[in-house]
Parts: sequence; structure tokens; C-alpha cells
Amino acid sequence: MTKYKALIGLEMHCEISETNTKAFSSAKNGSKTSNIDLPNSHIRPVDMAFPGTLPVINKEAVKKALMASIILNCKQPEYIYFERKNYYYPDLPKGFQITQETKPAPVGIYGELTYECKDKIKKVRVNNIHLEEDAASQDHLESSSVINYNRAGIPLLELVTEPDFHTADEAVAFLETMRSIYQYAEISEADSKKGQIRCDVNVSIMDEDLDESDPNNWGTKVEIKNINSFGGVRDAINYEIERQIELKEDGTYDQMEQQTRRWDEDTLSTIYMRGKVDAIDYKYFVEPNIPKIKLSKSWLEEIKKQIPILAPERKEKYIKDYGLTEYDAKIIVKEKAIADFYEETITKGANPKLASNWLTTNILGYLNKYDLNIKDIYLTPQMLVDLIKMIEDRKISTKQSKEILVKIIEDKKEPKTIVKDLGITQITDEAELLKIITEVIKENQHQVEQYKNQPRVLDYFIGQTMKKTRGKANPSLTSKLLKQELDKQ
Amino acid sequence: MKYMNKSIEELHELLKNKEVTSQELIKESLELSHKVQEEYNAFVTILDDAKGVEVTDNLLSGIPYGIKDNYSTKGILSTGSSNTLKDYVPFFTATAIENLTKSGAVPVNKTVLDEFGMGGTGTTGHTGIVKNPWDKTRMCAGSSAGSAASVAAGVYPYATGSDTGDSIRKPAAYCGIVGYKPTYGMISRYGLFPFASSLDHCGVLTRNVTDAAIVVDNMKGIDENDMTTWDSKNIHLKESLTGKVTGKKLCYIKELCDINMYKNPTKELKEHLENFQKSLEICRNLGIEVEEVSVDKTLLNALASVYVVISCAEATSNMSNLTGLIFGPRGEGKKWDEIMKDYRTKGFSPLIKRRFVIGSYVLQAQNKDRYFHNAQRVRRLLVDTWKNLFKKYDAVILPVGSGPAKPLDGSKDILDKDTVALEEHLQIGNFGGFPSITIPNGFIDGLPVALNITGNCYDDENVLNIAYAIESKMNYKNQIASEVNHD
Repeated sequence: MTKYKALIGLEMHCEISETNTKAFSSAKNGSKTSNIDLPNSHIRPVDMAFPGTLPVINKEAVKKALMASIILNCKQPEYIYFERKNYYYPDLPKGFQITQETKPAPVGIYGELTYECKDKIKKVRVNNIHLEEDAASQDHLESSSVINYNRAGIPLLELVTEPDFHTADEAVAFLETMRSIYQYAEISEADSKKGQIRCDVNVSIMDEDLDESDPNNWGTKVEIKNINSFGGVRDAINYEIERQIELKEDGTYDQMEQQTRRWDEDTLSTIYMRGKVDAIDYKYFVEPNIPKIKLSKSWLEEIKKQIPILAPERKEKYIKDYGLTEYDAKIIVKEKAIADFYEETITKGANPKLASNWLTTNILGYLNKYDLNIKDIYLTPQMLVDLIKMIEDRKISTKQSKEILVKIIEDKKEPKTIVKDLGITQITDEAELLKIITEVIKENQHQVEQYKNQPRVLDYFIGQTMKKTRGKANPSLTSKLLKQELDKQ
Repeated sequence: MKYMNKSIEELHELLKNKEVTSQELIKESLELSHKVQEEYNAFVTILDDAKGVEVTDNLLSGIPYGIKDNYSTKGILSTGSSNTLKDYVPFFTATAIENLTKSGAVPVNKTVLDEFGMGGTGTTGHTGIVKNPWDKTRMCAGSSAGSAASVAAGVYPYATGSDTGDSIRKPAAYCGIVGYKPTYGMISRYGLFPFASSLDHCGVLTRNVTDAAIVVDNMKGIDENDMTTWDSKNIHLKESLTGKVTGKKLCYIKELCDINMYKNPTKELKEHLENFQKSLEICRNLGIEVEEVSVDKTLLNALASVYVVISCAEATSNMSNLTGLIFGPRGEGKKWDEIMKDYRTKGFSPLIKRRFVIGSYVLQAQNKDRYFHNAQRVRRLLVDTWKNLFKKYDAVILPVGSGPAKPLDGSKDILDKDTVALEEHLQIGNFGGFPSITIPNGFIDGLPVALNITGNCYDDENVLNIAYAIESKMNYKNQIASEVNHD
């Protein structure tokens, strides 16, 4: 890569999951529950394009799209139009997708966003962001295919960047920033596991010493379609850069045509789909059934005011108000659901530092291990508050608390119930514990003698006390009392 | 025929006074349906199990009517007169029909149209050609051919129609009845099979202006399922028919109405234009000011092409949902695209395929600006020209077509370049979404001819009232077709 630099642009598709209904239909927006919903259960006649049905715009979806446009510092149009993108495919019942081309203007054009990549602040230009509808989802079986129209018509935001990224890391850092924005602005869960995010990537390489601000110096653009995860984006970009460098080294790069490829997850390679000459002519024209909508300044102002506090501001707050380290604060704000969970535990009275420790280590560790979302597990902020409280009150030990956490999640029970069920309440009563310790000392006179020369024998006594109490003795109290009693001997 | 030749108000009186029951009206209408079907082939479906309903104060309650077969009707076959939907039974009803049902209106049949409304002859429906009840050798025009034929033949007082270029107003003219399409968006299009969405209008065919006003009063209304509808609750069409027109101003266009504009005018055209001038005299006698205006001939001559380009482009896209995968007869083939191609190849008539090719061609990236965008520019010019006329005039009055119904054998079906604009000017009503009504204004060789009044958007009350006043001074109100003798 020393001789070449890559120019990378992204098209990020993200379903708007936070509206009640679809983009142009009164059917339920099942984006959030797509993984568990009965197929073809969220459908109105318009979603299957029965003759005579008409699209009706969802104002909430437009609002969310405009909010994204404002956050991306885009220019909003005077009027909103929609267009038909005409092509045949079984997942597109109408035979066209309602979308927005760049002419007339979509919900946002010519914006820019700063993002962080490896502790450096970077900037990317946004060509446009537009609102469209998702297609149905398909499963291809051995001898047939099945279609699920639940997804057909779910509002989808497509964001198109200029080719301002130079590495896969930059592209992925940008995507992560966008995911955070969509989550914090309550536009979308932006969960690629639910198929809410899909990306197209375009990659070209050029000689390192040439000026990239002059498009004449750019190489041939290769578009890679339908990448469903950020990891896939990284791999596809890296693969494609390598592939193109090889062509340069072979001297065959200049013969490469502008083309569309797809990312193949099985072979971890990009595969040729079509060249420029086979590009589909989508025959765009303005959707006549949706009148142009005038955007009032006051509405845009109102939307601007409603933009929630985004991740960077929350991070600052955690550092300043809760005394978290930059590192921990960053981990917590990375996913809005985690940050929301964190704030709720604090509102409910947990110690901010302890809550942060729990989240960043045990809880996130568990979630990552099993590839889970915090919203999908039984643990609630209140349960975490209770758990922390029990440790603070010395009712349970730290070690026990970790086991209880797992039990909460896996057995789906309240922490108090688990503690009760397991009988793992600690003996914290000094008099009660002293009685047991006195017995232990009495039964182990030989070791008492040893202790006088070897203080480490204390551990043996602790062990014996634990054995006698079946682990219920509070460890620090046990240690304190044992020391006190042994020193008396 | 005892009752079905009567107007809506007359029938309502009879029903109210219990001189006849709704059931009796339905029965008569069904019997007439079968007779007319045999003679003129006007229906796709006759609803033999239609029942009388309770008579309320609504003028339409208990009275039978017909529905053009491109309106979606729940549980009732709705074909669009196309083989692609020959067995399609929808599970939802068009809003306009729903509104009529709420008024107590009773549908007794579904009428034939040119396939999906894409024709002007009434000869391209999948159930065969519709014949003109005045003369079986002539066409009804289209696309609302079955509705026009059956209303003219006296099956019921009215039938719904749809109008993308002139699909209500031309057949009404050829069948000697009234055809009215209100301002775009006054009646919901939800459930109307689309042809060209920016031009499509719902409307009605009746035998007098009052009935047209009554029916549209009941069909119209804002609809949450159609974003292009608007609130018309302050528009009361029937109530606006006062007949007071003194001081109203109408204009007609010299380039269309002056016989000297035509190089080799036929005898029919001469008579038609002369007859039109007589109608203008009636207007003047009513106290209406009538003036001749001039419109650029080049602009007028472009209108037919503008219509073809825009309507075909939208139609190609609108009918892309017809794949035979979700509804319609499943095509043969191993893969989805083979199945779809087979279904479309077998299902559509050659005429429609031709229009799809045109629509596709004009939308292609390399042609789009030259054809589609230019057509939209000229559409805008035409609409602006008419809007300018409406600044000075209440409405534009023009003759419909170049004469009476054309023969079915096609001997006179060669498009005369000279009369294209005269034949097609009703399309301007669709370009602008203007309220537009056709009423009969005489006969040529025993066949009806008509005039049209088109006004500015939202000015439906004014347009209908003018038509109402003119109609009252002519003898063609409530006429029932009687076959002419060809001896």
C-alpha cells in the first residue's frame, strides 16, 4: 500500500425502526421484531401492490429522515418529493421502489460529519441522504424461494458519502458513528443482526503521490453490493484494495472496467456481477400519488430542537458528573441501549462507578460472549441496583454476586429470589460468626500453634470457617474476627 | 321499462311514497342488464343476487347503479377488462364505491371497459366489444364503454366511470348522455385500478346534470388512503344547480371550432360545428357572454402526443405490479421471471403492450428529457394557457370530438391529422385536473353529439350549474337510446 492510496465511498442503508408504521403503508413497522415475527403478518394491501392501492406517506418517517439530515449538516429541500425506481424483482411487489433521487432534492444533500478513528478526528462529506422503502425479504430453499412481505415498505434511510475514506478502519469507524447517531436520535436500533443495516461500498485506488482532490487522478470505481455487517465491510474493502493493487502490479489495472461486484461471505472475496454497460436503467420519475410536500422552517426548527443528546455529549457528562474514566465512558456510550441502562441504574440510586464497572466488565462480557442485546436479557437496571446494594450491605460477596448475575439472566429470576433459593445469604452478624470461629479454633489447636510463626495459616482458618458455614460467612468479617481471636491465643 | 328511464330524484320520490320498492327497482334493473348484455355486451359481471335496501333520505338509497370494472369491489370479480385479472376477486372496496354503499346505492353489475382504461373505443375489453345502443354498428368510445352503453340504454340512472384522457366524457358524448369528471382529488382513487395516476379521475355517467351532481356529492370526500384527495365538504353540487347564469362568461377556441381551420372537412364535422354554434346561441340567450379566443395551434397539436407520452410512461410503471405472482393467473415457467413473462405475454392485449413499449422508451435515460420531460413541459404550458383563460372566463366550452360515434368496422378510424386536437382536447381537463362535463347537444344522422364545459380546479359548482342551465334549454335531457334505422 505504500505506492497507492485507496478512495472509499459508502452507501449505508438503515431501516428506520422507530416508527409505528411503514413508510407508505399503515401496516406495522416490524423492523425491531423481524427476527421473531410470524412471516407475512404485518401487511396491508398496498404492501403487496394489490390493484388500486395507493401509498400514503408516514410523517413520522419523514421527520426522522429530516432529523438525520440535520444531524449530518445537510441542506434540506424546500419541497419533498418521492420518485419511482422502476425494476422487476419478486421482492418488489409494485415493480418499483418509492425512493428519492438527487433531482429533485431528497431529504438532505451536501452535508458533512466528523468522526473519530483511532483517536484521530476525521471528516467525511455526505453527498445525500434519502428516504425510501425496504423490499420484502426472501429465503432461497433448495427448489423454491419464500417471500416475507413484513419487510416490504419499512422506511429505509440511504446515506451516500463522497469517496473520502482511505482505509477500511475509517469506513468502519464512520459506520459505527452513524449507528450511534441513529440509536441516540431514536431513528433506529441500527442492529445489523436484525438486518437493519446494509452497505454498498465503492473502492478505487490511485498512485499515492497524485492529488486526490482532482477526480482525473482517481482510479476505476468498483462498487461492492449488499454487505450485511461492519466486519464484512472491513473485509470487503481490504480484499478489494488488495485485488486492485495486484491488478496494478500485473499491469492489467487499466483494462479493468467500472463494475459492480458482490461480497461473498463464504469465500471471503468479491465476485463480479455486472459491468457499466449492463447498468440498470431505473427509469425514475416523480411518484404522482404523493403530492410534493412543502417543508416549513418552523417544522425543521421543531425537529432540530427535538434531537436528543447524542453519544459524545453523554460521554462528557459521564466523565464530568460521574467521574468515569474516558475509557469506560466510551465503552458505555458505544451502544445507546447500554448507556440508557447505565443512566437508569444511576437514577435508581446505584453508585455510578460501581454500576460502570458492572456494565463494562461482567454484563458486556456476558452479552458479547453470547452475542446478545441488553434489551433481550432478563436483567433490568433495578436488578443491577439491587445486586450492587446487596454487595454494599455485605449480604453477598463479590464472587457470589457474579454467579447471581448469570443466574438472573439464565434463570430469569429476581436477584433476591436467587439469593433466597440458594441460601447464600452471608453471615454478617459478629456474635454469630464469633461463635463459629471460636469452635473452629478449638477444633484446630495444632494449626493455632503453627499460626504463631506462620501468619499465612490464617487462610486455613478462613477455609475451615467457610466450610462450617457452607460459604455463608462474610469473608472480610471472618478474616477480621479470626485474626483478632487467633492473636489472643 | 317502467322505472329505469327515470331520474334519481323521480325514483327517490317513488320510493319515498312507497309506489315502488327498492327490490322492484333492482329486479327491473337486473332484467334490463341481461337484455342489454345480449344486445350490446356491456357487462363483465351481472350481480344477480343484488338485493333491495332500506330507503333513507339519501337520494341514492335503494336505487340500482353500475360500477366500471376497474373499481375494486370486495368479494366481487374485478377484472379491469383484462385477462391478467380475469379471476381476480379483491378483498377491499374502492373508497368511492364504499361511499356510494354508505348512501344506500345498490350495484347491479360491473361494466366493460377498454383493458385497464387504456383505449378509447370500447373494443379492447377481454369480454369483447361493446356496441353503441343508438347504432350497433358504431362504437361507444371508451374506456367507460359499458357504463355509457348501459346508462344510455336505460339499465339504471347512472354508472361510475373513470377518466384518464376522456374516458368518461367521450363515451357519454357518443351515447347521448352526461359524463362528468370532477376536479382531481375530489373523489378518492383508492381502489381504482390505475392507468396513469397523475391523469386518472373517478367520475360518473348519467342522463342529466342533476343526477351527475347528486352522484358525485355522494362519491366525493377526503380519503386517508389517497393523499391527492382534498376536503370538499363545503362543495354541494346538487344545491349549486340554480340555473342562474346571467353574466357568466364562456369562451371557445377558434382553432378548434372554426370550420375554416380544416382543409377537407367532412359533412359530419361541418354539421357538428354548426350545431355547436347553435348551442352557443342558447348560451347567449341565457344571458351568458360567449367569446371566441385564439390558442397557439402548435400547442394544441402537441396535446395528443403529450398525453401519449405521459400516460404510457405512468401506465408502464403502474402495471408493473401485474406479475401473476401475488394475484392473477400464474404463468408457466421454471423461474420467477419466466413465470412473469409468460403471464404478461398471454394476459395483455397487443394494444397495451404497444403502450408499455412507448412508456418504457420515453422513460429510458437517453430519451427521458427529449420525450418525458418535454411532455411535462408542454403539459404545463397547456395547463397555464387554460388557467389564463379561467382568469377571464368561467369555463371553456367546446364541441366533443369531430362528430358522432365512429363505426366499429374501422372504416373511418384513420386519425385525421387536422382533427386530432378537436378529438383529443378533453385531455387538457386531465392535464390540469379541471372539472369537466359533457352534455348532449344534438343529433347528426340520428346519432347523438355533445359539447363539453371545462372550468378551473375547485370550481365544480360553477361548471355544473352552467351545464345545468344549458341542458334545461335543450331537448336531450334524460334521453334513452333508441336504435336508428339504417334503411
